[in-house]
Amino acid sequence: MLEIVLLGLNHKTAPVELRECLALSQEETSKALKAFQESPVISEAVLVSTCNRVEILMATEDKSNAVRAAKMFLSEFKKLPASEFEKSLYIHKGDDAVRHMFRVASSLDSMVVGEPQILGQIKEAYKMATLKKTSGVILNKLLHRTFFVAKRVRSETGIGDHAVSISYAAVELGRKIFGTFEGKKVLLIGAGEMAELAVEHLIRNKAGDILVANRTFENGVKLAKRFKGKAIRFEEIADSLPHVDIVISSTGSTDYVVTRKQVKAMIRRRRNRPIFFIDIAVPRDIDPEINRLTNSYVYDIDDLKGVINESIGNRNKEAVKGERIVDEAVIGFRQWYDNLDVVPTIVALRNKMDAIAQAEIKKTLHSLKHLSDDDRRAITRMTSAMINKILHDPTLLLKSNGYHQNKSGYLDITRKLFKLDE
Amino acid sequence: MEILIIITIFFYMLSTAGYFAYLFLQKNYLQKAGFYLISGGFLCHTASIGYGFFQSGHFPVNNLHQTLSMAAWTIAGVFLIFQYRFHLKILGIFAAPLVTLVMVIAARLPSAPHQADNLLNSIWLVAHVITIFMGEASFALACGVGFLYLVQEHTIKSKNHGFFFKRLPSLELLDTTGYGCIVAGFTMLTLGLITGFIYAKSVWGRFWSWDPKEVWSGITWLLYAVLLHQRLTVGWRGRRAAIMAIIGFAVILFTFFGVNFLLQGHHGEFTRL
Repeated sequence: MLEIVLLGLNHKTAPVELRECLALSQEETSKALKAFQESPVISEAVLVSTCNRVEILMATEDKSNAVRAAKMFLSEFKKLPASEFEKSLYIHKGDDAVRHMFRVASSLDSMVVGEPQILGQIKEAYKMATLKKTSGVILNKLLHRTFFVAKRVRSETGIGDHAVSISYAAVELGRKIFGTFEGKKVLLIGAGEMAELAVEHLIRNKAGDILVANRTFENGVKLAKRFKGKAIRFEEIADSLPHVDIVISSTGSTDYVVTRKQVKAMIRRRRNRPIFFIDIAVPRDIDPEINRLTNSYVYDIDDLKGVINESIGNRNKEAVKGERIVDEAVIGFRQWYDNLDVVPTIVALRNKMDAIAQAEIKKTLHSLKHLSDDDRRAITRMTSAMINKILHDPTLLLKSNGYHQNKSGYLDITRKLFKLDE
Repeated sequence: MEILIIITIFFYMLSTAGYFAYLFLQKNYLQKAGFYLISGGFLCHTASIGYGFFQSGHFPVNNLHQTLSMAAWTIAGVFLIFQYRFHLKILGIFAAPLVTLVMVIAARLPSAPHQADNLLNSIWLVAHVITIFMGEASFALACGVGFLYLVQEHTIKSKNHGFFFKRLPSLELLDTTGYGCIVAGFTMLTLGLITGFIYAKSVWGRFWSWDPKEVWSGITWLLYAVLLHQRLTVGWRGRRAAIMAIIGFAVILFTFFGVNFLLQGHHGEFTRL
């Protein structure tokens, strides 16, 4: 009976330098799958390789040799002695391997719990395995079930909700204020990765015109070009305030770049439309007193981090729900797996009975030469009927659903009792 | 018809429960259930009022019981219209308990109609009552939305994203809905006042009698006129508009109830116990 074995490493067990060395490109994955296919100990294989993990999933009759073979492939392929990466590897068998797959695909094992990319990556990996025909009955069922579980976890828990990065948090807040970003104008003051990322998010959410202000006008022009916006001079910031809805600020200035007085003066000119300041800079660029003005909202980097911490807390709570769904699914898969075993067991049992019957009939009829053909047929029919009746109750029991907890036990005993595993 | 009123209240109560469950659990089917329940209640309510009309032969606003019932009916009706238009899922949390409360109060009042007056037979009266009530219902909803706006604004400004932050919609949607309610309410109020004048002329011979309710309605009308004017010119929106909507509704409550109970005038007949 084929068993499931999983061999791998991830961001928790191996540092990025090691993961870099072992990551497999599309082509390498394809070659590796072919090598697994040709191996006598590995019956089915699926290979997942991302920047944060490498997972080798196999179905095999000989677990220890399959693991050894997999390690050897990695070592030869990547020209890295096994001793270098062995201690970073985890090996899961049976239910543990199934649970691991479910957890990984549901993003419960990811660096950022709830991230959506991993599922797509696993789907790609499975697609390649099916194309190369390295996946069979067991892994097909496992992977299909994996996708189903991942979908359940995503839709039944809030694991994917809420922002876990500054830019996302800022955008989410903006959405609670403005509803939609369509037509809303954005002003970027200064530059910096987080600020620019936030602008990109806003653009992706259909924000309107982008203005860029930088102390060095040329830098502003460059950034503006990237966002297909307009550059303005630093001194023009105050004048631009009546026309923009979202201001993202990230400069190295030690003073406030936008003061309360400036904002108060133009509230009327804005006809009281709300304005949202995202202040990523330390020391702060936006006067926090502006938050007290009507229809003006200021979030500095600590505030944004607070929003994120809340989200992460939420995600971890939701992750607990996700784990429960995974546990349920592991039991479900186990049941399928065990049932798969019943049929071969019953078939093996019947075959053995038939073989014994055939042998005895041959021996007996040989010494009863005086019997007519009808008589011979009658005796053959009798042995068939006997076998059917003898096997009727055991077959029913094995196929029944009443012994879930111990089905494997029953199957095991059956196989042992009748010595079905030669 | 006692039983109709009880069923109506039952529907409204279930709807309230649905909306509160939605507030806490955030499951969409709860909000939908709340909406259908309040629709069911509205239908029963319509039947109940229709029966009152049929039984007495004229418009059923003869005493406080009937008037309150009519008021709740308009609030439910206006809510259904606004919900259809604005899709503000959480608005039910304000509307459902309000209609339930009004109907419960109405149910506990004596429902025997007083001597039927000729006063109640005019089409202008019907139009007047309906438009005024619709206006007031809209202002009631605007007040509810105003509350929600202030709550949400507080969670955003205080950086404390507790219970309400993710359960309430964006400030923009709340503000726009509130504005829509006030515009609708003001239009209805204007029509209501006009039909009131026409009716007054036909019954008492003058447009304006310095009746306290007329005076206070005029004050209310001016208040909302100012609110709308300021919004269109200076841009009174967001926080200020929300507060004004709440104050406006307080004035409406006085105009509707306070005047009847505290001051004398010809509107007193409609809210007799």
